[in-house]
Amino acid sequence: MSEKKMAPRDQGAPDYTKYLHPVMAKNYGKWDYHERVRPGVLLHVGTSGDKLWSVRAGSPRTMSADTVRKICDIADKYCQGHVRFTSRSNIEFLVGNEADLKPLITTVEGDLGWPLGGTGPSVSNVSHTQGWLHCNLPGSDAAGSVKALMDDLIDEFKNESLPNRVHISSSCCQINCASHGDISIIVQHHHPPRINHKDMQICELPKVVAICPVAAIRPAVVDGVETVEVVEEKCMYCGACHGQCPSMEIRDSDTDTLSIWVGGKMSNARSKPSFMKLAVWGLPNNPPRWPEVSNAVRKILKAYKEGAKDWERVGEWIERIGWQRFFEKTGFKFTKYHIDDSPEALSTFNRSAQIRI
Amino acid sequence: MSVLEAKAMPLNTPMLNELESGPWPSFFKDLKEYSKKKPVVTQLLNQLEESYENRWNYWLGKIINVPGYGGGVIARVSEKAAKYPGLANFHTVRVIEPPGWVYNTKALRELADAAEKNGAGIIQLHGMSGDILLLGFDDAGAMQCAEDLMHQGWDIGGSGAAMRTLQCCVGQARCEMACYDTMKVTKHLTDTFIAFLHRPEFVYKFKFKLSGCPNDCSNSIVRSDMPIIGTWRGAMKVDQAKVAEFIDAKGLDYVVNNVITRCPTNCLSVKSATKELVVDHENCVRCMHCINVMHKALKVGDDKGVTILIGGKRTLKIGDTMGFVLVPFMKLETDEDLDKLTSFVERVWEFWNDNGMDHERVGEFIHRIGMGTFLDGVGVEPDARMIARPRVTPYIKFEELGPARLGGESGQNPPVWTREPEAAEAMD
Repeated sequence: MSEKKMAPRDQGAPDYTKYLHPVMAKNYGKWDYHERVRPGVLLHVGTSGDKLWSVRAGSPRTMSADTVRKICDIADKYCQGHVRFTSRSNIEFLVGNEADLKPLITTVEGDLGWPLGGTGPSVSNVSHTQGWLHCNLPGSDAAGSVKALMDDLIDEFKNESLPNRVHISSSCCQINCASHGDISIIVQHHHPPRINHKDMQICELPKVVAICPVAAIRPAVVDGVETVEVVEEKCMYCGACHGQCPSMEIRDSDTDTLSIWVGGKMSNARSKPSFMKLAVWGLPNNPPRWPEVSNAVRKILKAYKEGAKDWERVGEWIERIGWQRFFEKTGFKFTKYHIDDSPEALSTFNRSAQIRI
Repeated sequence: MSVLEAKAMPLNTPMLNELESGPWPSFFKDLKEYSKKKPVVTQLLNQLEESYENRWNYWLGKIINVPGYGGGVIARVSEKAAKYPGLANFHTVRVIEPPGWVYNTKALRELADAAEKNGAGIIQLHGMSGDILLLGFDDAGAMQCAEDLMHQGWDIGGSGAAMRTLQCCVGQARCEMACYDTMKVTKHLTDTFIAFLHRPEFVYKFKFKLSGCPNDCSNSIVRSDMPIIGTWRGAMKVDQAKVAEFIDAKGLDYVVNNVITRCPTNCLSVKSATKELVVDHENCVRCMHCINVMHKALKVGDDKGVTILIGGKRTLKIGDTMGFVLVPFMKLETDEDLDKLTSFVERVWEFWNDNGMDHERVGEFIHRIGMGTFLDGVGVEPDARMIARPRVTPYIKFEELGPARLGGESGQNPPVWTREPEAAEAMD
């Protein structure tokens, strides 16, 4: 048998025009307005009057080939074979015929078992990382902790009852691949890396030295082996070196904890985009369901729901009421660790006599 | 032991079993069911259970590449390969997603088939960089999966110090707010620069994310080195009849409390008698809020284009950097516009890669050398729209006001004692 021909290289991004739902293709660039028909269902109307319904459901992001085929069977039956996914791993079944809407929803909720929601002022699906399932650096899991959290927040996903949308992200190390969110969960380490001097030769030492944000790593010779050492007073336990070299183990199953951050926002609506800020730290890394994390997220959502005006995102609400009130309302203790000590720190202090007393 | 020949083992997953029930879809339940068909998945789930029990991870990285490529396969080897031989090599193949994550079922079935035939048949839609992730291949399986998919027209995603796989919002395919064709530009940039995606040659990674309007649904501003965000010149469009309809439906109080007073630049007011919205168009910063609330009455303007920002990324190393304005407005419609964009990107890359340090993202590079130097380097004129406010510190090297001085000549006031390097250069 002759060798199979090598596939062409460098073909680039798929031709999306083949994948557009026919109503999308026809109304491309000619959309007029949209409505939210019910939580989880968007209706987009073209200037032509054409209508496209998008049925949004929460996906687990990680799925088997058989589940992908199940999605395909459903989409073939009700969606002219077209779906899309959102940046937060929701699936959107695209429907051109209104009559297909009802049976589609029944099938998605019933047979597939995926909840409708994530539209409008709701908690959307959680952006998350790879975790213990497949990453080389994680201090925690991602798919499992998200499953547990969303079980708890299911009503906020399925209903549009919050002041505005809430984006949650969950990351298993401080590289924070899931990035900023209205509410973000990340792992914290509490010790400098433990160096496996015998195995340091597998890494490029200059790169390990150079990656450190605080220049705490320097070359050293230990037992005749060229390796590195860490100036522990300088080290801030970020784990950047661990990403560079597996022999710089930063994780500690006994002491790693989780922290929750609030007020990240990408959108430019009303206020400018903003980074997330520390809300509560020292939560236990507690598989399989991380109940302490769910409780803390619930506290934030409850205070936000009670206190925010319509359209205010979590960070905008906090900026309006003040951080002092945020800590009062959530019950989280404000500590010296909440005060920034980065090069940006001075600009984060209250440089005024404007105080709620 | 290869992934495909791995033997099933009895599942021993008491902790993971607690993730089976509950209303949110369970990846564990799905994979458990699938493990009946795919024996290696039993080994994966048993290892994951050990991670849960010990709060510890058992994956290490290594490097393997599809021939001709320098990235796109995220190699994983298990530390517990003696116990779980099917996980000895268990790599991820990144595949470039269709812009806007639109699919037909033929495409999804191709992905499912390639993942199942060559590996563990686990698919993630999508990774945080936007790629399709196919999990669980040994070396040979990863190569074959890539070949199979490339024969069908797919291509491998990016990793390492390279241009990364791009990501964009749904854009004009399904959104009335999209100010440019995000999908088309995403495909254009991907295809034009595909060599930079596949063969890492930068000082560090470089990400593009594209959003059709300032609502920034692709989260570009803090997640990409070059956010490209749709916007418009001139006035937004106001349909006063629909404004009146909105006021009738929601009440004047709603409009005052949720639209007028929420404008960040106070450029909105309402005439209650005529139910008219008055807009100070010159002062509108295109935040999108009023359009989001009253999207039938208010529309983005007709003279559409993009704002290009630069420098967004998460903490490592100097702290989080938000993308900041580099090009306040440019049109992005014609082939010439696209050429202008790609040649601009090339200038940015060239200056950054010629002068950046190892592991220095472009935002950190600009922080180190100064925005003025960067603008000179890439040939962009300073523009007051790039800044929130001018500088406060008075320590400035004015090029125009500091002519070269020659030392040692008599009669100078004040006397110049040393020959300065720029003077020596000036004499050459």
